[in-house]
Amino acid sequence: MKEKLMSIREEAIKAIQAAEAPEKLNEVRVKFLGKKGELTAVLKSMKNVAPEDRPKVGQMVNETRAAIEQILEESKKKMERAIREEKMKMEVIDVTLPAKKNMVGHRHPNTIALEEVQRIFVGMGYEVMEGPEIEYDLYNFEKLNIPADHPAKDEQDTFYINKDIVLRTQTSPVQARVMEQGKLPIRMISPGRVFRSDEVDATHSPSFHQVEGLVIDKNISFADLKGTLEVFAKELFGEDTKTKFRPHHFPFTEPSAEVDVSCFKCGGKGCRFCKGSGWIEILGCGMVHPHVLEMCGIDPEEYTGFAFGVGLERIALLKYEIDDMRLLYENDVRFLKQF
Amino acid sequence: MNTSLSWIKAYVPDLDVTAQEYTDAMTLSGTKVEGFEQLDRDLDKIVVGQIEKIEKHPDADKLIVCQVNVGTEVVQIVTGAPNVKEGDKIPVVLDGGRVAGGHEPGQRVEGGIKIKKGKLRGVPSNGMMCSIEELGSTRDMYPEAPEYGIYIFGDDVEVGSNAVEVLGLDDVVFEYEVTSNRVDCYSVIGIAREAAATFRKEFVPPVVTATGNDEDAHDYIKVTVKDTDLCPRYCARVVKNIKIGPSPKWMQRRLASVGIRPINNLVDITNYVMEEYGQPMHAYDLDTIAGREIIVRRAEAGEKFVTLDGQERQMDEEVLMICDGEKSVGIAGIMGGENSMITDNVKTMLFEAACFDGTNIRKSAKRVGLRTDASGKFEKGLDPNNAQAAIDRACQLVEMMGAGEVVGGMVDVYEEERQPSRVKFDADKINALLGTSLTKEEMLDYLAMVELAYDEETNEIVAPTFRQDIHRLADVAEEVARFFGYDNIPTTLPSGEATTGKLSFKLRIEEVAKNIAEFCGFSQGMTYSFESPKVFDKLLLPEDSELRQAIEIMNPLGEDYSVMRTTSLNGMLTSLATNYNRRNKNVRLYELGNIYLPKALPLTELPEERMQFTLGMYGDGDFFYMKGVVEEFFEKVGLHEKESYDPNAGKPFLHPGRQANIIYDGVVVGYLGEVHPDVADNYGIGERAYIAVIDMPEIVARATFDRKYEGIAKFPAVNRDISMVVPKSILVGQIEEVIAKCGGAYLESYALFDLYEGAQIKEGFKSVAYSIVFRAKDRTLEEADITKAMDKILKNLEELGIELRK
Repeated sequence: MKEKLMSIREEAIKAIQAAEAPEKLNEVRVKFLGKKGELTAVLKSMKNVAPEDRPKVGQMVNETRAAIEQILEESKKKMERAIREEKMKMEVIDVTLPAKKNMVGHRHPNTIALEEVQRIFVGMGYEVMEGPEIEYDLYNFEKLNIPADHPAKDEQDTFYINKDIVLRTQTSPVQARVMEQGKLPIRMISPGRVFRSDEVDATHSPSFHQVEGLVIDKNISFADLKGTLEVFAKELFGEDTKTKFRPHHFPFTEPSAEVDVSCFKCGGKGCRFCKGSGWIEILGCGMVHPHVLEMCGIDPEEYTGFAFGVGLERIALLKYEIDDMRLLYENDVRFLKQF
Repeated sequence: MNTSLSWIKAYVPDLDVTAQEYTDAMTLSGTKVEGFEQLDRDLDKIVVGQIEKIEKHPDADKLIVCQVNVGTEVVQIVTGAPNVKEGDKIPVVLDGGRVAGGHEPGQRVEGGIKIKKGKLRGVPSNGMMCSIEELGSTRDMYPEAPEYGIYIFGDDVEVGSNAVEVLGLDDVVFEYEVTSNRVDCYSVIGIAREAAATFRKEFVPPVVTATGNDEDAHDYIKVTVKDTDLCPRYCARVVKNIKIGPSPKWMQRRLASVGIRPINNLVDITNYVMEEYGQPMHAYDLDTIAGREIIVRRAEAGEKFVTLDGQERQMDEEVLMICDGEKSVGIAGIMGGENSMITDNVKTMLFEAACFDGTNIRKSAKRVGLRTDASGKFEKGLDPNNAQAAIDRACQLVEMMGAGEVVGGMVDVYEEERQPSRVKFDADKINALLGTSLTKEEMLDYLAMVELAYDEETNEIVAPTFRQDIHRLADVAEEVARFFGYDNIPTTLPSGEATTGKLSFKLRIEEVAKNIAEFCGFSQGMTYSFESPKVFDKLLLPEDSELRQAIEIMNPLGEDYSVMRTTSLNGMLTSLATNYNRRNKNVRLYELGNIYLPKALPLTELPEERMQFTLGMYGDGDFFYMKGVVEEFFEKVGLHEKESYDPNAGKPFLHPGRQANIIYDGVVVGYLGEVHPDVADNYGIGERAYIAVIDMPEIVARATFDRKYEGIAKFPAVNRDISMVVPKSILVGQIEEVIAKCGGAYLESYALFDLYEGAQIKEGFKSVAYSIVFRAKDRTLEEADITKAMDKILKNLEELGIELRK
């Protein structure tokens, strides 16, 4: 019996080795392990075996079966792997052929610049607020300390709808509106479209965008303004950016400053970009004028604050080295695709 | 505002800085220097030479050979200049030196022109004699220079000395940006005061001593100011026995350095004092003043007046005039009259230094259409106390220069003397505002540098009247900060109550709109808010269209930018057309921008500003692609109900058979369609173009970011396909409406899977097939569960005239 089993096993191995396709392996399985297979036949002939030997023989049969099955399985896997590899060899593609791209649109550089600014200030706890683009003179000028007949009204070259209503020349009126609501403290930025009567050319547009910021709280100081805008400049233009605060004048802030950042192209050494100065002017700011606070119903003895304003187009032109502002409003997709 | 460094140094004698140092420090202390011009930047090795001998050139008729003593040696120079003679002292550029430009005015060469010795027609020439143009200036600034030829010095100039210094060209001219609150800095003295404070040097302003003979100006002229609201002060002095002549070189040089052309002593004195003190003055020929009296009053309506430039101009009742006993003699603060102007024959002159209302001057200059140097200064609002200082200074210069005999006394009409302003001083508050910890003494020290005095008794800062910008403690704080240095103020971040940084819900919805548009291939455009009223015609809007009710700008840049848009279409179509013209293929653009809808015209209150999400495209894609973008957006902002489309949108600018209002929640929230071929023609778009406009306020009102997980279906669905023959007039939307309405509780979804019109279908009909899916959440559906719903659907479809294909 033992010899018989051994010979079945050897035969099976031979048959397995001879098989060159998975179907052949299946035939081997049927032949040796199937219901009518040789091992089954051995089991069936157990009745001829002495009862005391049956367990032993049974075990031997099972061992043989297990051995054959294992070899069968291994061979099958090997064979399948070989087949798959062969298949993959046939499937080699030229990976340098062109990509199939989805048509994906691009965001306007102004918006990208705005989102950068928003990201920075929202992260510092500022709320983004909006206001009307067609605005009362009262909010655009008067509440910002620019009374009737103030030369700034001429300087800003305002578009008028009538004597009381203008196209806002700045987004600061949003600040006045928020202050008036009287909910303190305030930390906000107001982005949006503003209008000035400048003829269209490479550096001017009658319609452009600003972001202004406002913080009103107890104990807000000029040092806080400096610190805040330093963080802003580093975030926007890079960690190595330096800022320079120069005294300036705006009707709605006192003290006021203009802020230059070290040129992010040359690092401050001076280049074509910064016209050799190493510095680029980017924003105006100051401590909110006490009279502005009073006009908006905030007690300047108790509260102080700072405000700043930056032109989005200016940032976009600088950051992306766009040399003509008109490109921003032509909407040529060859331009837009670059952002 | 410009000044030369040498002029500043006249009042700050200890100032010793380079142009760059000056620029940087002044800018940081608040007097922004926009730039500077080193006048001698291209001049090198130029000395005063004297021509000892002139000989004819042996081989050229137009050239001469000069032996020129340049102090250290005698050099031979060949020149073609026609105007030199032996003994003349002239500027000579030596071998290896540089001049600024060519011989003709305006031929300045950046970097200069190098001069080397060489031969001219065979004769050695070791340098060049220079014209004023070659030295980088002009005859306007150096009126004594000859029209053609070499500049010739006066006899008093030392041979061998530096010619650039002698000519005053060793100077730097700074250009400042003066802010509107610092009227005092529109003067050399004002800038010099800032410079002295910035560099902590002594400030030495001109000392004006008493002038005039023992006569009294009151005996010469009477002044009446009728409109004191427009003329707070009027000072008049008289100069007789006038001797017109050139002004001294130092004055000419200073005027030239700031771009003012020297004319004669009287004109130059007026200009000089205007620059030095920032106070414009006017000179009248006293003999032309009728009745020897000056009356200051508003003009008569429609009054015509000839200004000294010979132009006749028309006044209105708000323009202030200077008049004599009979007639007008000048427009106050803007320009004098031809009838009273100074001529070379003037004998007695009336000097006027007045203070006029700045706003009125600004407006008058506009109305009269004449903006002058004087009006430019007056419109800033001058300090009346400066008027007297300036007129006295002018008289002092008249005496110094021997230009005439100053009559003693001054006629002064000054009703309400301007007083210094006083501000309560509080060092702690200043420190709190600035974030500094300066002592009171440090602060007072900074303030004193710009003549802001401290009154110990009242604890007040006293600002002189020329500082019209100091009213409150914040103004004083700025002065402290400027001289302490903005740079030196520490940097901190605001402390205090924490606030939440966030975007409004509206902005978040707009964010989704941008993302969806971009995922679908649309790039963001931006267009102007104002446009031409002609666009209404271009868009084929009927005369009575509401969209024609646009807000007009009073002072537009031109008709093309004169009305506020009531639709975003023009911007989009213009942008598409731009791309089409430039042969860009497959263009998809979107814009998020406001339209402006007036509640009533003319505007009495603010209009409604409605954010429009506008999509436009041509090239790949069609109506249904656009529709897909709209629906993707709606889904992403939580508009989960099914939107419907009404083909009767009535948009004249869209293809009549390819347009629809988008209806959500029973409300029109936008529209989409193919651009009407006539409109496409009007814009020059040569392909089918599609647009969608979504009215964002309606979306924002219904959008939500709330989501609830509804589970994933565990039980199998039951599918039913129905195939129909449908009259062409029935829209598939109507079929869907029936399915949705009659589908019952288990209806999960339905989808069109076949649509066919053609040969096999009878005339006037189309074949439509829908697949309907039913599913229960809690069990496997039985046939019986859906029979009722299906029957209802089929029955309702049949009622529409639809035949079912079994």
